[in-house]
Amino acid sequence: MTLYGRRRANNAVYLALSWAATGIGLAILFFILGTLLRNGIPALRPGLFVENTPPPGSRGGLGNAIYGSVVMTALATLVGTPVGVLTGTYLAEFGSASRVASAVRFINDVLLSAPSIIIGLFVYGLLVVPLHHFSAWAGSVALAIIVVPVVVRTTEDMLRLVPATLREAAVALGAPQWKVIVLVAYRAALQGMLTGVMLAVARIAGETAPLLFTSLNNQFWSVNMDGPMANLPVVIFQFALSPYADWQELAWGGAMLITLAILALNILARTLASWSNRSP
Amino acid sequence: MQARSKASSWLGTIAIALVAVAPITAQAAEISGAGATFPYPIYAKWADAYKTKTGISLNYQSIGSGGGIKQIISKTVDFGASDMPLKPEELDKNGLTQWPMIMGGEVAAINVGGIESGKLKLDGPTLANIYLGKITKWNDAALAKLNPGMKLPDQAIAVVHRSDGSGTTFIFADYLSKVSPEWKEKVGADTSVEWPTGLGGKGNEGVAALVSRTAGSIGYVEYAYALQNKLPYTLLSNKEGVYNQPNAKSFQAAAANADWQKARGFYLLLTDQAGKESWPISGASFILVHKAQEKPETGKQVLDFFAWAYANGGKMAEELAYVPMPGTVVKLVEASWASNIKDASGKPIWTSR
Amino acid sequence: MDVSLGLPTRRRIDRQRLLDAAFRGTTQAFAIGVLVLLGGIMVALAVGALPAFRAFGWGFLTSEAWNPVKENFGASPAIYGTLMTSLIAMLIGIPLALGIAVFLTELCPPFLRRPIGTLIELLAAIPSIIYGVWGLFVLAPFLQLTVQPALVSTLGELPVIGALFAGPPLGLGVLTAGVILGFMVLPFIASVMRDVFATVPPMLRESAYGVGATTAEVVRHIVLPYTRVGVIGGIMLGLGRALGETMAVTFVIGNAHRIKTSLLAPGTTISATLANEFTEAVGDLYTSSLFALGFILFVITFIVLAAAKLMLLRLDQRAAK
Repeated sequence: MTLYGRRRANNAVYLALSWAATGIGLAILFFILGTLLRNGIPALRPGLFVENTPPPGSRGGLGNAIYGSVVMTALATLVGTPVGVLTGTYLAEFGSASRVASAVRFINDVLLSAPSIIIGLFVYGLLVVPLHHFSAWAGSVALAIIVVPVVVRTTEDMLRLVPATLREAAVALGAPQWKVIVLVAYRAALQGMLTGVMLAVARIAGETAPLLFTSLNNQFWSVNMDGPMANLPVVIFQFALSPYADWQELAWGGAMLITLAILALNILARTLASWSNRSP
Repeated sequence: MQARSKASSWLGTIAIALVAVAPITAQAAEISGAGATFPYPIYAKWADAYKTKTGISLNYQSIGSGGGIKQIISKTVDFGASDMPLKPEELDKNGLTQWPMIMGGEVAAINVGGIESGKLKLDGPTLANIYLGKITKWNDAALAKLNPGMKLPDQAIAVVHRSDGSGTTFIFADYLSKVSPEWKEKVGADTSVEWPTGLGGKGNEGVAALVSRTAGSIGYVEYAYALQNKLPYTLLSNKEGVYNQPNAKSFQAAAANADWQKARGFYLLLTDQAGKESWPISGASFILVHKAQEKPETGKQVLDFFAWAYANGGKMAEELAYVPMPGTVVKLVEASWASNIKDASGKPIWTSR
Repeated sequence: MDVSLGLPTRRRIDRQRLLDAAFRGTTQAFAIGVLVLLGGIMVALAVGALPAFRAFGWGFLTSEAWNPVKENFGASPAIYGTLMTSLIAMLIGIPLALGIAVFLTELCPPFLRRPIGTLIELLAAIPSIIYGVWGLFVLAPFLQLTVQPALVSTLGELPVIGALFAGPPLGLGVLTAGVILGFMVLPFIASVMRDVFATVPPMLRESAYGVGATTAEVVRHIVLPYTRVGVIGGIMLGLGRALGETMAVTFVIGNAHRIKTSLLAPGTTISATLANEFTEAVGDLYTSSLFALGFILFVITFIVLAAAKLMLLRLDQRAAK
């Protein structure tokens, strides 16, 4: 074969492999979603949201787990977002040249990908052992620690994107720096920052490991933040590994609910981001 | 400005509402326990019935006996449950008292195509050798010798054991130690051991799930798990060499010789008991509480629940092939409550009815 | 306009200056809080791990024992499992990610670029517990019944690498865990690669096409060398995630504290050990050994992630020039 022919053949092979790789990636996605839907939809009944997790062998739902997940996610977001926003603000507004800011940025990105089980260990040592009980507070704190790096990253990126002309106009009108940031920059970056918060929520909604050692689990309905509280990921963990068919069905149902919620949040966040990019 | 203050006032309202609801509903009575997966099916049933009757919820986390012991020592739960009884010295060291709540038996569940439940015969040494990794195929000569005429497939044995700290493991390993000196020397018996081979499952549930999912597997589970999940199990020869079916009768036969009165701290093991009708791997499951109760009302609620279970839970237990404790033992246990479990001022929190 | 500074105006200006300083101080405090948090985590882990390190010394890292009865613990099986599953994950994830990145930047029709890119990123959004459940119920039985027996009878018979594929097909084990991990890190690496490929100046690419290079040659000789640092950074980012992944692995690794040559054997990883045993560890040395495992994991992932970050930073700086 001529050199040219060899190169063409080479090219064809590599490109075919690229197509195949993409095909495999998409196939995995659809396979997982398909399995989730096929096994999770049978679990969808009104009782799923209202009834509590049953003992093995009885019918029940995921009401207490859904409640626990929502409450702890909400609390973690409420706590983690301000911390993240303020830190991101510091990095974007005050820290372009400082060494402290570079260190914080670096550490933040490392924390972003750190194993979440380590964070669970940390909060266990901090909040569970000294107080002698598992609690939803500890679970929320663990999740908040995971929220912070995500929000810091997106806040800093979004604030940096605010055009300098906007800020200069504000300063020209006599606004002090904090007003420039809070009243002008935040408003301009709001959509982007909201996207960041949504991505953070999507991330913690599926986190299991940090909750294993902090909020544990609770088979009954409980709104007591001082004690163990049920949550979807740990319930799925327990039920999926069990041999009971009704528990497994609930596990699939819960898995489907979490995944759909997270995917919806992600798509929403992306759409929001593209809107804010498109607007002049 | 208006949108922002509206949003923040909404957030504030929600936060306040959430916080306000919490203490109000925190009054609902709840006792928490954690530990053994061995008795979990029956404890869950009892808890359900008790809640219907009294409205008090029992939150039991089946995390394994090791976890139950750890959690009660660190006082993160109101009671711990363990299939491995603590030795009297350990009880004293941690200020705990224990009592046997329910008895049951363990079986070797299998998942081998072509072998039905209750047909395959194993004896102690063979079972030990499987778990030591010395017998690796289902059609091994040792198995064929015990089961003449049975068609054994040429399939690799997938051994399944517990990955968590387990009293079920303790009972199983204790039995293997009694029938196989090699096991006793190499591995020993405790809630967690160094398994020579095999997959690890979490809890009795995890082992049952793995066995049902893995072709060619064998795993030890409490009998109720094999029953509830329709897992085929093997026969096991007892000390007299007799092959009995695992059921309430053979578990009870194993417990017949137990002398609970002599056992200090109720420390008694029921494995490899004498008796033609005995099932070789039987055991009791224990409850652990602190002798000095910091919260006497909760302590009393715990004891009330277990007293109710002793009096009313027998039938539910038998439906799942557990063996309720005989009346004489119940009296001994309740007497120990009255003399051991006290509040801060030294007053016993339990009075026998 | 009257610009003379009367007393009320001066007060207002001073107050604004104060608020400025307060705002700056607050944000700085929170930023330093992030540093303190990381320090706190390291300290907490180190303190918890100290008794184990004191008891076992450096031998902890090489010992294969895991005996809660005799209180003899070693990190070796967990570290081996962590590294092995991550290695398999990289072997699967990197080629696939490369293929996807090349597809998205060179081959994909422009109108499909966005949707397919989003779909690949959605793979990253799926929580790891879902991967674990899917692995346990779908992938493991499939592997046990089809792929693994095939591997045992073909590759298992070969002289040297046969040992890697020996043993009964269990479905669960190091290989399955590695495959699931590979699927999990694939979208991360693909995203970074795609972003990094997009920084290649069009001029360079077009020049190469201009002299008659095929697409594969452009990728191999222009794009990859140019983005070399970023690609490695992305790979290390994926590696960092793979090392620390818990739930996906715990479901399918088989939970056995042993080091076996065969990839088909069950094993354990640091995070799977923690997830399974932490709430049940009785005894101070046991708990401390688990903390020690956590500390080791944190150190390993910190090093890998820090290195990845540094590489990506260098690429950012170069692209900005």
